[in-house]
Amino acid sequence: MLQFTIKRLLSLLPLLLVVSFVVFMFIHFIPGDPARLMAGQDASLEEIEDARNALGLNDPILVQYTTYLSSLLQLELGESYRSGIPVIDLISDRIGPSLILTFLSILWALVIGILIGIISAVFRDKLPDRLGMLTAVSGISLPNFWLGLVCIQIFSVQLGWLPTGGVNDGLKSYILPSFALGAGIMAMIARFTRSSLVQTLKQDYIRTGRSKGLSSQSIIYGHALKNSLIPVITVAGLQFGFLLGGSVVVETVFSFPGLGQLLIDSISYRDYPVVQALILFFSVQFILVNLFVDILYSLFNPKIRYD
Amino acid sequence: MEQLLKVSNLQTGFKNDREIQKVLHGIDLEVNKGEIVGLVGESGSGKSVTSLSIMQLLHGTPGKVLAGEINYKGVDLLSLKESEMRKYRGKELSMIFQEPMTSLNPVVKIGKQLTEIIMLHLKYSKKKAQGHAISMLESVGIPRAKDIMESYPHELSGGMLQRVMIAMQISCYPSLLIADEPTTALDVTIQAQILNLLKEIQETSNMGVLFITHDLGVVSEICDRVIVMYAGRIVEELSVDRLFEDASHPYTKGLIKSIPIIGQNKKKLFSIPGTVPSPRNMPKGCKFAPRCEFAMDICWQKEPALLDSNYGKSRCWLEAEDKEEAYDSKYSYRS
Repeated sequence: MLQFTIKRLLSLLPLLLVVSFVVFMFIHFIPGDPARLMAGQDASLEEIEDARNALGLNDPILVQYTTYLSSLLQLELGESYRSGIPVIDLISDRIGPSLILTFLSILWALVIGILIGIISAVFRDKLPDRLGMLTAVSGISLPNFWLGLVCIQIFSVQLGWLPTGGVNDGLKSYILPSFALGAGIMAMIARFTRSSLVQTLKQDYIRTGRSKGLSSQSIIYGHALKNSLIPVITVAGLQFGFLLGGSVVVETVFSFPGLGQLLIDSISYRDYPVVQALILFFSVQFILVNLFVDILYSLFNPKIRYD
Repeated sequence: MEQLLKVSNLQTGFKNDREIQKVLHGIDLEVNKGEIVGLVGESGSGKSVTSLSIMQLLHGTPGKVLAGEINYKGVDLLSLKESEMRKYRGKELSMIFQEPMTSLNPVVKIGKQLTEIIMLHLKYSKKKAQGHAISMLESVGIPRAKDIMESYPHELSGGMLQRVMIAMQISCYPSLLIADEPTTALDVTIQAQILNLLKEIQETSNMGVLFITHDLGVVSEICDRVIVMYAGRIVEELSVDRLFEDASHPYTKGLIKSIPIIGQNKKKLFSIPGTVPSPRNMPKGCKFAPRCEFAMDICWQKEPALLDSNYGKSRCWLEAEDKEEAYDSKYSYRS
């Protein structure tokens, strides 16, 4: 297992190199001149040229890339064009709230989603199943910004129980955003759990379990659930990856100081170093989440052995 | 002989679309203590449905027992609630399945699958249950039983898995074992080993065994009595000693004729023409009539009853001949 993990980590190196090159090149194809932006609106041509030299934008692309890589390796991600604050500080300020939000969203989505999935599978085609799947369809169909706005209206404005946004009220400020973010994922997990469990319950070994005199509960929790969770892990892993970087809309609704907000702000200001660092960061964490999911597979299914 | 199981007039049907399709049309059978009864028939004759009905394992399939009585040691199993029936399964009546590869949970260690049933029925502690499980594995001839406890099913061969299955299902000392084609999925050499093992276990424990197979060779080797099924009915029942000489039903005779004999240089092996009719398309009279070389007029009109024959019972007009009363009004098969 350890050997497999190390091997996988090493094999990530070429992938990271490709990702970093794509990220580096990508930003050069976006229209807009960062030197002009940095020098200011009423700068003279000379001032702009100076800024361009200072940023190294006049060097050949390959030179720029190697400079970029070597500074990456030293974790020097440059400074924000806009504010002059080191990028690494900008990211590390916001990574905490973003991580907490992502974890909370995934956590409740997993717990409730799996529960609804189990109930639906066990009472297949009966009332609890219909209710469960209705919840799931609603979760998938309702856009999360709408859900967020409705929640703010009800719980913050009318009832006054929870803050409307920000992260200044501790855990309380995470409740509504994580609910809005997790609803769609919960729905997806519920559907995957249901269909997977329904398939598993048809297997021969479930009949064997019954022939041993086991109760329905021991069969579901002891024999069926573990076999059914592989597709669920896959979905949850992918969603986790998306959430860390992709919760822009919900972050905006709740004026949440997360990475998604930072990305949008930086893109609109053409703050190249921040955008580059964020995209790279999202790619790396996506790759790591996938690695983690792979390792989880082998824990859930002993047939999957990597070494 | 002490009677263990008496099934009377068992009728099971399968729900499809809107109607219920009957697949068992009144099965009567008995299994006594210390006896191996063979239940034989082609695919689709209702052998497996019979065994699943007895164990009440039709849950999750469209199947449902419609009528009849399954009497086990004086208790009608069909009248039990599911929670009471659970106490019988695995403890009093156990079952071995056809496919050992898919009948054990691929993600649960062998040890846990064994100790689970032992802790449930014998109320042993975990440690005691593990000891018992290891001794059960050893008793079915598994080497390095301790290591096997820590293995997953995919790490073992089919023959080994079937041994594990047997060890598991006899670990709580059931009085009745239902073996549903336990050797069909295995290599021939392994088949013989498993059969010998089952026979040995049955002799030492004196349990009753209902042995389901389509292989008359296997029946003659280990069974005491044989029941032949066709199209959801019992067509013949007789002791194994008499099987090859005195079988009276043309279907049984056909089955015997179609066993290949080593050394006999026949160009083509005998086979009964045609196939088992589907439940939707049952002939009106004897269900075997369309494939029977002796079919008479009456065979097409009325279904014969299961009557005493020379050495057992047989459902055939040839046996009944003049006995017009043979038409049994108790079961009306014109469904």
